Amino acid sequence: MSTNKLLDLLRQNARLSNAELAVMLGDSEENVAAEIARLEREGIIMGYSAIIDEEKADENGVTAIIEIKITPIKDRGFDDLAHTIMGYEEVDSVFLLSGAYDLSVTISGTSLRNVALFVSERLAVLDGVLSTTTHFILRRYKEKNHVFNEDSFDERSMVSP
Amino acid sequence: MDYNKLIPQKIQDIQPSGIRKFFDIAQAVDGVISLSIGEPDFKTPWAARKEAINILEKGKTAYTANSGLFELRKTVCRYLKNFIRTEYDPEKEVIITVGGSEAIDLAVRAMIEPGDEVLVPEPSFVCYSPIVSMMGGTAVPIVTKMEDKFRLTAQALKEKITPKTKILILPYPNNPTGAVMRRGDLEAIAEVLRDTNIVVVSDEIYAEMTYNGEKHVSIAEIDGMRERTVIISGFSKAYAMTGWRLGYVVGPQPIIKQMLKLHQYCIMSSPTVSQYSAIVAMEKCGADVANMVEEYDMRRRLLVKGFNDMGLDCFEPEGAFYVFPCIKSTGLSSAEFCEKLVYSKKVAVVPGSAFGESGEGFVRVSYAYSVQHLTTALSRIREFLEELNRK
Repeated sequence: MSTNKLLDLLRQNARLSNAELAVMLGDSEENVAAEIARLEREGIIMGYSAIIDEEKADENGVTAIIEIKITPIKDRGFDDLAHTIMGYEEVDSVFLLSGAYDLSVTISGTSLRNVALFVSERLAVLDGVLSTTTHFILRRYKEKNHVFNEDSFDERSMVSP
Repeated sequence: MDYNKLIPQKIQDIQPSGIRKFFDIAQAVDGVISLSIGEPDFKTPWAARKEAINILEKGKTAYTANSGLFELRKTVCRYLKNFIRTEYDPEKEVIITVGGSEAIDLAVRAMIEPGDEVLVPEPSFVCYSPIVSMMGGTAVPIVTKMEDKFRLTAQALKEKITPKTKILILPYPNNPTGAVMRRGDLEAIAEVLRDTNIVVVSDEIYAEMTYNGEKHVSIAEIDGMRERTVIISGFSKAYAMTGWRLGYVVGPQPIIKQMLKLHQYCIMSSPTVSQYSAIVAMEKCGADVANMVEEYDMRRRLLVKGFNDMGLDCFEPEGAFYVFPCIKSTGLSSAEFCEKLVYSKKVAVVPGSAFGESGEGFVRVSYAYSVQHLTTALSRIREFLEELNRK
């Protein structure tokens, strides 16, 4: 069984049963179960979550991507500050990036004001944070390979050769 | 105006495709999820699309040679030499056609006159017999059976050969059954034909979609068969280029030469932009094709198991992108099955009877759809069967 193919199938749809995965991969259900267990044990598969159109789920909800420039601390680099930030439960994701700024932080909140306050009161004031820039997500087009807000239109005519 | 008098009886007698008939039913129901489409769900590989843009920008919009761009003909010959180990002369033995369909039409028209018989294994694609009838010939079906994996057997072939037989249509990998002919099967067929004057029109449009490890074999590869075989193929299925309308035909020069005259008068030359793009598709998109085939293969296994698990016998198809489950256990005819399914569960599959009488008792299910779409459809069909059983 190809681990990459298994991961690909799960990326597209984590709710496929082991039986379905097994037949598609041309292997036994037991082997699929064992491989998934291994991937979970080794932390390669970290969890299973739904891809949700947040705009539909909560019209008022907002998500922002915040660019943060920081001063790295001697010997510990960016890790300390990243750990502090990821500890906040409002924070969905934290990435260290190359380029014009250092950390990219995604935050979801119930209103623009809440998110803006969070940034100014909790993030901007942290030791080592030089500056923050907040970008609110206005529209989602595609996430994790799923296209949003588009009727799944099949341009093929319904019955053909 | 008496249109009845105007239109010859043999044209009026042509039946519209049975697939189309079902289309009208399925389209009238809202929110139907379809498993009835016979074309890839993938987009044409990007490199080929980009080439089309490039060619348009350069303004290469004129006719090409009647038989197609020489560069494309050479590419096709190189490809076939590698794919089916058979050599053709790009100058004299290839025509680039408007899809495989045109090539089928040319082949039949070039060889059939009133009184001739054309053998057509069934179930199969719907276009062969109407073309034969238009030429005044007779299409003689050869029934293939699930117990033979829907392959054409030498015995069944022998029984239908008469002194009037001119062509054997060999449509494998098969639409709608997904059957393939392996080398041994083809050798048996070749054995029957070798000493006759019968030509094989081998419709290999699905050749690249051959599964279970063994590659596609063309009957032209078998000893003594190249001179009596016309191969029809194209870019629609393998390269997901259906809308580009581009196919090709290769075969012995004395036949191709005659076909070219017909092509020249009815088509002039195939679409120029499509031809340039097809060169890129064949030369650079092999990896895209391999990925698509791998994806189809996964879906194929998912469907075969899905249908067998729900109690509809489904032989394992090894080609194309269709499965052909048997629905006889439901006691319904295939048309009834499909209508009830579309009305009660909003899933559209095509009645096997659309592909010839021998398709009765089966339905054609296409897996040119995402896994998500297929699993949803399978669970609806499962519900449908459970409700039928409860009644």
